[in-house]
Amino acid sequence: MENKAKPKKELTIEQKINRRNFISFGVFGVMGAAAWKGWSWLYNAPKETASATAGARLPLRRALNKTELAFRNFFSNNHLVKTYPKEMAAKNVKVNSFIGLKSKFEIADWRLQVVKQSGEVLSFTIDQIKALPKTEIIYDFKCVEGWDQIQHWGGLKVIDFIEHFGLAEETKAAYVGMMTPDKVYQVGLDMPSALHPQTILAYEMNGQPIPINHGAPLRLIIPVKYGIKNIKRIGSITFSNTRPPDYWARAGYDYYSGL
Amino acid sequence: MKTIKEKHSLLMRWTHWVNFPILTIMIWSGMLIYWASDTYSITLFGHTYFKFFPQGFYKTFNIPKRLSEGMAFHFLFMWAFALNGVVYVLYTIISGAWRELVPQRKSFKEAWQVLLHDLHIRKMAPPQNKYNAAQRIAYTAIILMGFGSLVTGLAIYKPVQFSTVVWLCGGYHFARILHFALTIGYVFFFLIHIIQVILAGWNNFRSVISGFEVVNSAPKKLTVPAEDGK
Repeated sequence: MENKAKPKKELTIEQKINRRNFISFGVFGVMGAAAWKGWSWLYNAPKETASATAGARLPLRRALNKTELAFRNFFSNNHLVKTYPKEMAAKNVKVNSFIGLKSKFEIADWRLQVVKQSGEVLSFTIDQIKALPKTEIIYDFKCVEGWDQIQHWGGLKVIDFIEHFGLAEETKAAYVGMMTPDKVYQVGLDMPSALHPQTILAYEMNGQPIPINHGAPLRLIIPVKYGIKNIKRIGSITFSNTRPPDYWARAGYDYYSGL
Repeated sequence: MKTIKEKHSLLMRWTHWVNFPILTIMIWSGMLIYWASDTYSITLFGHTYFKFFPQGFYKTFNIPKRLSEGMAFHFLFMWAFALNGVVYVLYTIISGAWRELVPQRKSFKEAWQVLLHDLHIRKMAPPQNKYNAAQRIAYTAIILMGFGSLVTGLAIYKPVQFSTVVWLCGGYHFARILHFALTIGYVFFFLIHIIQVILAGWNNFRSVISGFEVVNSAPKKLTVPAEDGK
């Protein structure tokens, strides 16, 4: 009761300065400590449990997946990769990896296996694929490492392949999975990217049949993705609503890896 | 007599200090990414003066073979960097604080005088308000650089979906070079910034945390005008 009567004394300049410094530096210190705590939590966060993806810190994998959803909104079949005149294509096409190409392989015995969701397996020869209209593309191939190279590829559009062989029903699935015959290298592709008009099952490089180190007889060229998704020597194609296995996504890379 | 002179707004101080760790993480994770294709150097007439970066540098900072990790960090903290920047820029525009920040016509001439003064070549520094001319130019430039990092970053991150942005940046290659050069620019800005802050002293530094400076003003002597001076 007595308190009320006491008139509040105005703070001196010195008191004001001290009070504001105390609050400001206090908050600064607390926030700094919290930021450091948050960082060490993130940096030492446990790795995700291995599934279609693996190897990344769990919170960072979640962030990658959320960021994928954000950027999927910008994907459109009308957004085409820039193409170049034939003369600009590299003669010496870079080979960056042999993963999935090291097993014993007889090119003559090769067949493309397409596994429908019903379980039915279709088998195609390279001649069946070559018999359909060829699409050529000269574009800037981009590697996740940061390099890029203008390359010239020719083959059958995935969308043409799907339509010609009556696989339209399968495209209702969310993902396409592809594997090398030895199953060592795998890629998982979201359906829109797989059906993009510039995505092709390539059998030619610089107008010649693809050399063995570039993925003969049939490889994927998918300009809306980094090189890691451009699987060489495709052995099988599957369709699913969950993410198919993906070699580099299992090594900590973004599953989407879209451009 | 001491008086409190308000200097930096609360929002400016928050965004400044939030940006510091975010930019540090972006530069570090950017290094992890750049290592995977470390093609840049300073080469003039066939002689390489500096390679980005020497092996010793990579080793010291434990950079090699962490590409996927770098990308995962980079593509999370890019959101924070962008958001923090947008908040600051919107605030600066709406509050009118840009008037104290953006260079004026005279700033470019004055900045030279500030430089000469800082180097102890010139005695007098030009009069200033919150920021001197050199600061106006530097702080506005760093905001534009941040914007440049976002734009060039988007160009190399989603070059097919945002092909117009790639074109604006002069192509995929050049966008990557710009993105890299801007980062080197931040490092140089940081070095000069730290030196200047140390030289400017405690009162100045404290103002970016507490918001105010303490001004020691001698009590004004009453001067009697000779005539009634209006």
